[in-house]
Amino acid sequence: MSLLHVKNLHVRVEETEILKGVDLEVNMGEVHAIMGPNGSGKSTLAQVLAGREEYEVTEGQVLYKGQDLLELPPEDRAREGLFMAFQYPVEIPGVSNVYFLKAALNAIRKHREQEEMDAMEFLSYVREKMKVVKMEETLLQRPVNEGFSGGEKKRNEIFHMAVLDPVLGILDETDSGLDIDALKIVAEGVNSLRSEKRSFVVITHYQRLLNYIVPNHVHVLVDGKIVRSGGKELAEELEDKGYVWLEDKLEMPVGV
Amino acid sequence: MTTAIATEKERYVEAFERLAASRAEHEPGKITELRRSAIARFEDLGFPTTRLEEWRFTNVAPIAKAAFDLSPSANGVKAGELADFRYDGTCELVLINGRFSPELSNLEGLPDGVVVSGLEAAWSSHPEKIEPHLGFATFGEHSFVALNTALHRDGAFLFIPRGVVVEQPINIIHLGRTDGKPFACFPRLLIVAEESSQSTVVEQYGSIGDGNYFTCPVTEVVVGANATVDHYKLQRESISAFHVATFQLLQHRDSNFSSHSISWGGGLVRNDVNAVLDGEGAEATLNGLYMVEGTQLVDNHMRVEHAQPNCDSHELFKGILEDRSRAVFNGRIYVHRGAQKTDAKQTNRNLLLSKNAVANSNPQLEIFADDVKCTHGSTVGQLDELGIFYLRSRGIGEEAARSLLTYAFAADIVERIKVPSVRQDLEEFLFRRLPKGDVVRQAV
Ligand SMILES: Nc1ncnc2c1ncn2[C@@H]1O[C@H](COP(=O)(O)OP(=O)(O)OP(=O)(O)O)[C@@H](O)[C@H]1O
Ligand SMILES: [Mg+2]
Repeated sequence: MSLLHVKNLHVRVEETEILKGVDLEVNMGEVHAIMGPNGSGKSTLAQVLAGREEYEVTEGQVLYKGQDLLELPPEDRAREGLFMAFQYPVEIPGVSNVYFLKAALNAIRKHREQEEMDAMEFLSYVREKMKVVKMEETLLQRPVNEGFSGGEKKRNEIFHMAVLDPVLGILDETDSGLDIDALKIVAEGVNSLRSEKRSFVVITHYQRLLNYIVPNHVHVLVDGKIVRSGGKELAEELEDKGYVWLEDKLEMPVGV
Repeated sequence: MTTAIATEKERYVEAFERLAASRAEHEPGKITELRRSAIARFEDLGFPTTRLEEWRFTNVAPIAKAAFDLSPSANGVKAGELADFRYDGTCELVLINGRFSPELSNLEGLPDGVVVSGLEAAWSSHPEKIEPHLGFATFGEHSFVALNTALHRDGAFLFIPRGVVVEQPINIIHLGRTDGKPFACFPRLLIVAEESSQSTVVEQYGSIGDGNYFTCPVTEVVVGANATVDHYKLQRESISAFHVATFQLLQHRDSNFSSHSISWGGGLVRNDVNAVLDGEGAEATLNGLYMVEGTQLVDNHMRVEHAQPNCDSHELFKGILEDRSRAVFNGRIYVHRGAQKTDAKQTNRNLLLSKNAVANSNPQLEIFADDVKCTHGSTVGQLDELGIFYLRSRGIGEEAARSLLTYAFAADIVERIKVPSVRQDLEEFLFRRLPKGDVVRQAV
């Protein structure tokens, strides 16, 4: 049984169809990369999987651990081990990053019938996780993402992921806008979390990230559809030829 | 309906005559005169109606129509019933139904020369300190100030002598309790902080039981040159109580006054705050937080008057509205000719948690000087849905996510409260009030 199985997913936002039949199957322990041009629907896919209500699923199905994912509210998806790192992490003024994480982790642990962590346990647990993304102590006490630089926000997302310990991590352009040092930190963070018991869907614009996080599979999403799937060499081919190469092919009449 | 209003008025005028005899014997003739002109003015004005601009959104007809007992007794409240209103490390002056209760008060440990007393008693012990100040809250256009001036019987008098620093906050606890009979009371508070003194005053209004009564306080505060006063008002009366209060502030040069007015109780609450910055270099901070639900109405009418140059005023009022509740914020800033280099800032933010809640926010700037900085902003909005989704995507439940963002909205004001026990009290209130408050407690 696969961990995540997306079947013929159609999604509409405000009258416009954005995903037009996406199929994707992710097995335990695999890393899948999804690439695609601006506006092709990558974030829409990520947000639908995380449970954003503004997106209307008009057709298709998503199975997660063999169960219907789409009927779960976002918090239950998170508690079942799904984590989505936002392309644009949201600033939450007035809510401290670290206390919020403690509440989130304990909500998840409660759901899994694990003991809630007390302040002391949590602190030493968090210290461990901070090393994963080289988080500065000061970012813990500040309100969630408020006034963080672009790079700090992305790192904070990976930090949240490390703390919440998901089964499936969906990273929406966590590499975009990062300089090479920051990119390496993020990639090392993800790599350190890779295991047979965890899978990733890594959405990116740039092949560069895939030099550091080497995927098992690469998919290309164009205009709401996966038009090509392959191994990591597909990413390199894309880098050379650009998306236009695939878009052109699409326009060709069948049989030519 | 005019006749009905007339009889409503009569009740108060009659009571004035009836009660004249029982008033403090030591009250000077000047005050007796003041009372007379106040009741005469009330007779002219009557109760305000919503046709008056200042009362457009706040209908006081339920107060006008009620047949309140106008001379309630300070009935037998027991010390144990005060537990919810006490704070560690404060001295306490307790008023029950408008009357000072020496037995329930605890006024020990104050520095020499500091007076914390019931007002009636203070007319005997310190008339020379009261007389120059009491009565500067003008009642010419305000029925309720007129009523309080005419009918007040007791209240509180605080005097901080020149140069004295009072470390312990002075906690004025006003409690209302009916014995089944609705009443009106008119506590009068006077706070005189002399030059270079420093003090913290908490003014609380609470209820024992769910009494239906009307509190109509007038608080006058004089902040002497270079003095600092931190003031907190907590309006936490029962949901069936009416509360119409006027806070009159006079600041002298280089003085620093800050107030945080927190309001969550009362069915109909009106706060008039009139601040006059009457000396160069004075600074006033007037912040507030109101949280209303059900059919509660809270109306904050602010008037900040810059009478001299180089004064700063900052106002930040935030409101959280649920159900069919309503809030009014009227923020008037008046800058006199010649009050150059005025820096006045006013902000009012409302968070509507229900489609049926209504907030009216109305800034009014009247500026007669040309070299000033005056800004105002007001917003009425809902919780950020994207923020809620973000929190939920991390495993926080929907209700808890909403509560967390609501708490964060209020935290801005809560965090400015400098007295730890008052701040904790408010935090605890929020954790109790907000759904899934235990998650919020953990997350902040
Ligand atoms: N809330 C929304 N309302 C209306 N249109 C939307 C909304 N969200 C996305 N869209 C539209 O849907 C399309 C796909 O958007 P999406 O964000 O999924 O693309 P993307 O592949 O993530 O792009 P990028 O590479 O820029 O992040 C775009 O045309 C976008 O304008
Ligand atoms: Mg995107």
